[in-house]
Amino acid sequence: MGVRRRSGAFYLRVNPILCDGFGHCHELAPELVSMDEWGYPLIKREPTALSDLATLESARYAVRGCPRQALRIERVSEN
Amino acid sequence: MMLANELPRLLRGTPGTPLTLGQHEATYATTFKVASLLDELEASGLTGRGGAAFPTARKARLLRDQRGHNKVVVVNAMEGEPVSYKDTTLLSANPHLVLDGAAILASIIGAKDVVVCVSRDNPNAVGNVQRALDERERAGAQGPQFKLETAPWRYVAGEESALVHWLNDNESLPQYRPQRPAILKIRHHAVLLDNVETCANVALIGRFGAAWFRALGTAVSPGSVLVTVTGALERAKVLEVVPGMTLRAVLNVAGADADSQAVLLGGYGGSWLDAAHLDTPYDNESLAQWGASVGAGIVVVLGREGCGVVETQRVVQWMANESARQCGPCAFGLPALSDDLAEVGAGRRDASRALQRLEHRCVVIEGRGACRHPDGVVRLVRSALRVFAGDFEGHARGAPCSGSRSRRFFVAVPRLEKEHELVWE
Repeated sequence: MGVRRRSGAFYLRVNPILCDGFGHCHELAPELVSMDEWGYPLIKREPTALSDLATLESARYAVRGCPRQALRIERVSEN
Repeated sequence: MMLANELPRLLRGTPGTPLTLGQHEATYATTFKVASLLDELEASGLTGRGGAAFPTARKARLLRDQRGHNKVVVVNAMEGEPVSYKDTTLLSANPHLVLDGAAILASIIGAKDVVVCVSRDNPNAVGNVQRALDERERAGAQGPQFKLETAPWRYVAGEESALVHWLNDNESLPQYRPQRPAILKIRHHAVLLDNVETCANVALIGRFGAAWFRALGTAVSPGSVLVTVTGALERAKVLEVVPGMTLRAVLNVAGADADSQAVLLGGYGGSWLDAAHLDTPYDNESLAQWGASVGAGIVVVLGREGCGVVETQRVVQWMANESARQCGPCAFGLPALSDDLAEVGAGRRDASRALQRLEHRCVVIEGRGACRHPDGVVRLVRSALRVFAGDFEGHARGAPCSGSRSRRFFVAVPRLEKEHELVWE
């Protein structure tokens, strides 16, 4: 607790089976999630640096705001 | 005694009259003994024959390193591709070879149970496997406990996670596996899942060794592969070929029409290959330069009087209907692709815009399903756009090729069950 590692990067990942296209993630994290023509999330494929606190914060909002709990933040493994 | 190193290796019996256990032992009699079957498997360089061509030894090693005393080997004989008959043919010629291979894999990973999964819509294969299992039981064979399971037939039901999910008394639907490599579990016991043909090859390696196995084929894809050739020929044929012989030679052996415009390789999630490249060797490393692969060993010959656009549309429409409709991009994207292709194929008013939409939608759909079903369709559509570029342009311009007017179809597509409700929800 308390020690935050600012190195590394993260992805936002969606479980496509759970996802029903509510679109909340696009509202909450527009910099990471855009929508396709059917309303399903198109998530940025490149990893985002963990030091980008604003994006990390909105990714967390998106994870918590997902009605199907289909989103998760995944750290890029360092190797 | 060593089996002579020549072709038919896997299809030694007559398809239709399966070898009995006694005949099987006589045919494949050997005195070959090896200390470590896993090392022998690794040395053989066998790759999976279900379509993905993953190294079998690496998978077996991964599963051997898992904990547990009740691991399971699952033999996948679902044969989801409608134009593939290789698994059925192998089981109708030599079911004991497959069971031997499964037993070897079970001994490698330390499994107690082997489950053979056959589609319940395929009564011949079910009967052949059942007869072989009964024969083994009567002979008092040692080894793992065999069990036959008849899963429902669907395109995605043969996908490994769907099959294992079904074996866990759930619906036969593909599952989301974020961790790679994913270890599939049946009631918390790790599962090694391999194709029927892979198992048969494992049995051959266990009996005759890696050096014998590598005598045929290329360095990267050794051994022999089973190929189903359909399309512009008298009747569908299952052949056993050596990787490295040219595609033209494969078609010649099958007696196919040499004057074709393209071939569909790998299955309905595979890719088209222009007939100009027919002299490419039939193996994954050579076909990769044209963006194709051996896949599940399917070759569909598209004759001159066929139309690539229409054929692709028929396949994509069927594939869209076979989607499990779990993931949005697959449930909505594949029907959209099918509609675009129909628009282009018929040369309607919107055709040129539909053609542009197709390329865009391919990018959007790719890699966004839980399983690889949408990716396969995208691969097929992209290869069609590449191979039939001239035809697509003509169709979009409102000048469809002559093939689309001949109404002759070469790719067999099962009848759609719910044609009127192709779009879900």
